[in-house]
Amino acid sequence: MLLSLLLVLLIGAVAWAGSAAGFAPLFGVALPYLATAVFICGMIWRMVYWAKSPVPFRIPTTGGQEQSLAFIRQAKIDCPSTRAGVFARMVLEILLFRSLFRNTQADVRAHLPASNGPGTIYYSSKWLWCFALMFHYCFLLVFLRHFRFFAEPVPAWITCLETLDGIMQIGAPRFFMTGAILLVALLFLLGRRLFNQRLRCISLANDYFPLWLLIGIVGTGICLRYFDKTEIAMVKVFIMSITHFSPVSTQGIAPLFFVHVTLVCTLLLYSPFSKLTHMAGVFFSPTRNLANNSRQKRHINPWNPPKQYFTYAEYENEYRDAMAEAGLPLEKAPDKAAE
Amino acid sequence: MYNAKAVITGIIVFTVLCTAPFWVGLAGKDYKSTGIVLPKDEKKCIESVEFMRKDHMRLLNEWRDEALRGENRVYTAEDGKKWSISLQNTCLKCHSNYKEFCDKCHTANSVYPYCWTCHILPGESK
Ligand code: HEC
Ligand code: HEC
Ligand code: HEC
Repeated sequence: MLLSLLLVLLIGAVAWAGSAAGFAPLFGVALPYLATAVFICGMIWRMVYWAKSPVPFRIPTTGGQEQSLAFIRQAKIDCPSTRAGVFARMVLEILLFRSLFRNTQADVRAHLPASNGPGTIYYSSKWLWCFALMFHYCFLLVFLRHFRFFAEPVPAWITCLETLDGIMQIGAPRFFMTGAILLVALLFLLGRRLFNQRLRCISLANDYFPLWLLIGIVGTGICLRYFDKTEIAMVKVFIMSITHFSPVSTQGIAPLFFVHVTLVCTLLLYSPFSKLTHMAGVFFSPTRNLANNSRQKRHINPWNPPKQYFTYAEYENEYRDAMAEAGLPLEKAPDKAAE
Repeated sequence: MYNAKAVITGIIVFTVLCTAPFWVGLAGKDYKSTGIVLPKDEKKCIESVEFMRKDHMRLLNEWRDEALRGENRVYTAEDGKKWSISLQNTCLKCHSNYKEFCDKCHTANSVYPYCWTCHILPGESK
């Protein structure tokens, strides 16, 4: 936990010192190009790798009754047997995180009325789902809002998003809700790992690192907007020059901006090789994207070795004489078979 | 590769989305400078121009609080000069060409201040 925090701080400090010492083009130009290339190629490599892994059999992790006799009601979305059902399950999973919605928590209680003594209870725990949903959607909105720096003229839908996001009209520059919610959700996701003992036990550096990294990105972003502002107009000129492959001078842009960019590039570089690939992986989850139709369709393992059959006719041909000698019944007597 | 059709479609969509900034950049206009028109008969803004570029909205926010909550309508700049706190009568006296100054920069950066639903722009009769 501390290690990954230190690593993020170190990356930030290097970017800060580097851009303050005049290496800003390195962090602001070279790194983003590199990171974008690595991210795209890495993700494609991942997807091809997954697509090459065979999944011959259905993996029915059911969240409900599978298709059975006509009078037993099937859970059509949680245990689909048709493509439409799978599609519905995928949509719900990707847009609403249905699996997290089913999250339950186990607890040992000293007294349960049911057993009139100590016992374990399971109850639905929606916190993870709630904050994960908040995090992902705010992240998406914040991500989309950044396109005002990449497009000239700025498309109307981005302006519309900004208007909604800043609808509270607090302060100037206007306070955007998504940024704050994003930070709160991230802190919850971090706190969950720190204060839940069971989770803390199974949390590794590669769980904490992305969280700290995202907290770093969001933190620097919020700073850049509200506290230690940099010149937005100049940043747009700079970013537009990068997307036109003719980078202009980084003169006059605050080092904090390059810390922000460097952390984002770290995220891009890190994504294809870490658990953050779940953005593509969710589409490849066999437990989500395969219909549970093993009872209607035969699924054959493609790498089974070719079967060697030995039919009874062949068997009799092989051993006819011996069988006749032993007096066993035959389908064809030896004299007939010789013809 | 299994499910090649779906996977390749997915990869293409992914790549196009990820490189979208470049396509949008190439398709749209380039943006080399703000192209704002500075006031002709004045030399200096209220604070240093670097400060104004970065923080003019925070200055305005401060002004608003000062004037309306602190009942103090005089702002002392860094260099000791005194300015009367007024959005319409101070800022827009010098920056009288709102369209070519404030607006130009704001539109490019997708900033649409809501101030003008109440405050009045010069040259606009309401
Ligand atoms: C050099 C470009 C530029 C010029 C010129 C400029 N602004 Fe801005 N202004 C900005 C940017 C960029 C923002 C948004 C800052 C952000 O998003 O962090 C902004 C934000 C604002 C905001 C806050 C809007 C909100 O709701 O968040 C106000 C108010 C404002 N400007 C007023 C003015 C006025 C009045 C003028 C003219 C006297 C002016 N600005 C000229 C670039 C400029
Ligand atoms: C709901 C209407 C409304 C909106 C929107 C509004 N104001 Fe005001 N503002 C007022 C009123 C009313 C006063 C008080 C005028 C007075 O007492 O002289 C005022 C006063 C001010 C003052 C100080 C006195 C002066 O004459 O300028 C500033 C500065 C100011 N507003 C800035 C802003 C900025 C910047 C925005 C946009 C981010 C904004 N206002 C949006 C209604 C509004
Ligand atoms: C005395 C006249 C005057 C007043 C009053 C004034 N400005 Fe300026 N402003 C200028 C001049 C002149 C410049 C150009 C300075 C330069 O380029 O060195 C400027 C520059 C700016 C810039 C930077 C533009 C750029 O990118 O080069 C902004 C933003 C700005 N002013 C906003 C404001 C706001 C907001 C107010 C009100 C709080 C205001 N100004 C009041 C004269 C004034």
